[in-house]
Amino acid sequence: MRRTMLFLPGNNPAMMLGGPYLGADSIIFDLEDAVSPAEKDAARILVRNALGALEFGPVEVVVRINALDTPLWERDLEAIVPMGPDLIMPPKSSDAGMIRRLDEKLGELEAACSLDHPIGILPLIETALGLENSFAIATASSRVRALFLGAEDLTADLGAIRSTEGEEILYARCRLVAAARAAGVEAIDTPFPGVDEMDALRRDAARARSLGFSGKAVINPRHIDIVNAAFSPSEAEIRYAEEVMEAIEEAKRQGKGAISLRGKMIDAPIVERARRVLAMARQIEGGDLA
Amino acid sequence: MNKLLGSIEEAVRACGLRDGMTISFHHHLRGGDYVLNLVMEAIAAQGIHDLTINASAIQDGHGPLGAHIRNKVVTGIEANFIGPVIGRVISEGHLERPVIFRTHGGRASDIDDGTSHIDVAFIAAPSADERGNCNGILGPSACGSLGYAMPDARHADKVVVITDNLMPYPLSPISISEADVDYVVRVDKIGDPAGIATGSTKLTRDPVALRIASQASRVIEASGLLRDGFSFQTGAGGASLAVAGMLTETMVAGKIHGSYALGGTTGYLVDMLEAGCFEKLLDVQCFDLKAIASLRENPRHVEISASQYAGPKSKSCAADGLDVVLLGATQIDTDFNVNVHTDSNGRIIGGSGGHSDVAACAKLTIIVAPLSRARLPIVVDHVLTTSTPGDTVDVLVTQAGVAVNPKRGDLIERLRAAKLPLVSIESLRELAERQCGVPRPAALSDRVVGRVLYRDGKVIDTIYGVQ
Repeated sequence: MRRTMLFLPGNNPAMMLGGPYLGADSIIFDLEDAVSPAEKDAARILVRNALGALEFGPVEVVVRINALDTPLWERDLEAIVPMGPDLIMPPKSSDAGMIRRLDEKLGELEAACSLDHPIGILPLIETALGLENSFAIATASSRVRALFLGAEDLTADLGAIRSTEGEEILYARCRLVAAARAAGVEAIDTPFPGVDEMDALRRDAARARSLGFSGKAVINPRHIDIVNAAFSPSEAEIRYAEEVMEAIEEAKRQGKGAISLRGKMIDAPIVERARRVLAMARQIEGGDLA
Repeated sequence: MNKLLGSIEEAVRACGLRDGMTISFHHHLRGGDYVLNLVMEAIAAQGIHDLTINASAIQDGHGPLGAHIRNKVVTGIEANFIGPVIGRVISEGHLERPVIFRTHGGRASDIDDGTSHIDVAFIAAPSADERGNCNGILGPSACGSLGYAMPDARHADKVVVITDNLMPYPLSPISISEADVDYVVRVDKIGDPAGIATGSTKLTRDPVALRIASQASRVIEASGLLRDGFSFQTGAGGASLAVAGMLTETMVAGKIHGSYALGGTTGYLVDMLEAGCFEKLLDVQCFDLKAIASLRENPRHVEISASQYAGPKSKSCAADGLDVVLLGATQIDTDFNVNVHTDSNGRIIGGSGGHSDVAACAKLTIIVAPLSRARLPIVVDHVLTTSTPGDTVDVLVTQAGVAVNPKRGDLIERLRAAKLPLVSIESLRELAERQCGVPRPAALSDRVVGRVLYRDGKVIDTIYGVQ
């Protein structure tokens, strides 16, 4: 479940300490844009130590490393991989070759420190070339778990003007969702830039969900609850999913093959979707932690 | 009859103040108060010693009091709160007799029934007339409510009103009446407006505090107490104020009409009053300019005395009817005992104020606190000082989950049904210790420097000096 992926600057210990508790499904420790060149070393050490010292519970941990066309990314990985983050986010992912290089390096480092499960890759698509290559990127490695749209850099690369409504990224959103789903992975939407525009955020998140995204990045913790709500199943969706599962059970009892609910045939994709909705609802419910 | 005297010195003489007596002050001018310092300077100049100060609070603007303590002008202090500046002087053992800490309600009741005797009350008044009628809502040093000074005015042997805004007789509205006042003194300034009230209390942007606030407001919603007739008190800390903002949205959207909000008031409670969340604000103290203006202008915003606020020996008090109260904590332990008196080094940095009063009275007492502050765990095995006993605390809300006092099984069921992230308080303590480590115990001396009286007058804890 990656409804919300919260960016945290890799050089801010107070925010890192609070990060796991803010309600985001994933947190992304940033070693790239949030960290000035002079602080790259310090941030790398800080994030490495935070991964070792903090407890993340059910929260997924992602580290955005520096781009593969810089001399920094390998040193980032050498520091971070032994701490076993869930995902590595390579910025400016523009072709499948980059992902394969990253995959290879991850494999070497994992073997060297005997990690028991492979670290996933979350390519950040934020160039026109990356967008056009997005299916190839998504299928370049079995480590890829999702494609992640970065609209700020992308619109700059496209020469488009970034707006609250997001008309300029409609093609990119649709393209990215199609590539991700075709590759069998998730699609994560770009963060909404307006810090205090909560109504616009709500519309933007609803739009992203309607286009097929499974979650959205946030750069301000105050956006988390709204984005979580947008990507959570509604009560009506949960009720329908429960009815689907009940109808399946009922049909099984009666030995029926074809099932209909509310006058519509229930086929495998509908059942699969109902299962996902219910699993997600259970996960969101949470309940007692200890 | 001429009550108007030319100086504080003259008033001290006129009251017959002598060695060994008890004088009192209120803290409505908060960090901006000049009056305690002016009065103590005048008293010291007359060679008087061995006084006890009974004040609703000693604030950090009262630094000069440290010298009077060292010179034995002041040998005893009774207060509901003592800020870190004088707290340090006391913790280092300079005050001759141990401080007596009370609660806001306990102090008022003890003055009302004569348990605490005050020889002379010095009352800072933002506005007064020459016969001593006074209020806190007019004048350049306006502070709002004068609730904490009311028991002193009623019961002290001598009452001196000190003002920087002398108005024609009869002044109104009347918070403290001429019937109780012996002398009036006009001074240039009773306080620094910047320290008396903040311009506007700002909502925190700290994401952890906001997270705690949103969980706390979910606890209130799930408690079953948020319904028509709801009554509420909240502290002025970041997370507590944020809850007020969140509750406003919930109450307005749900068309819930509460009865009253109580205690220290801020612009956030004023917003709730004006949005129709409450019928009345019962105000014992104002924290910001918006609250002061509202008390001045809105008849539904009512000034009350400390006795009416939370006096345990009052025939009744407003705290008795509270549904929900939100409070902070310097430390909270796994028995839900709360410390708001001493810091991790054992130094005095605060006091109960109304904390333990309203915790005892409210149907639901919620503590909002982060797991750690400045690399120190807040949830601990044993608090250094018990300010508020754990059996009056129902819920602790931290960023890492909500812990319910096990004796509140009913509440646990309600919060579980609302899918709140429930955790045991022990697991929060363990998590805080894993994050911060376990601090070395504070190095304390054998010398008792303070006694904490619970609202019923019994000693609930003893404070030792620091080494």
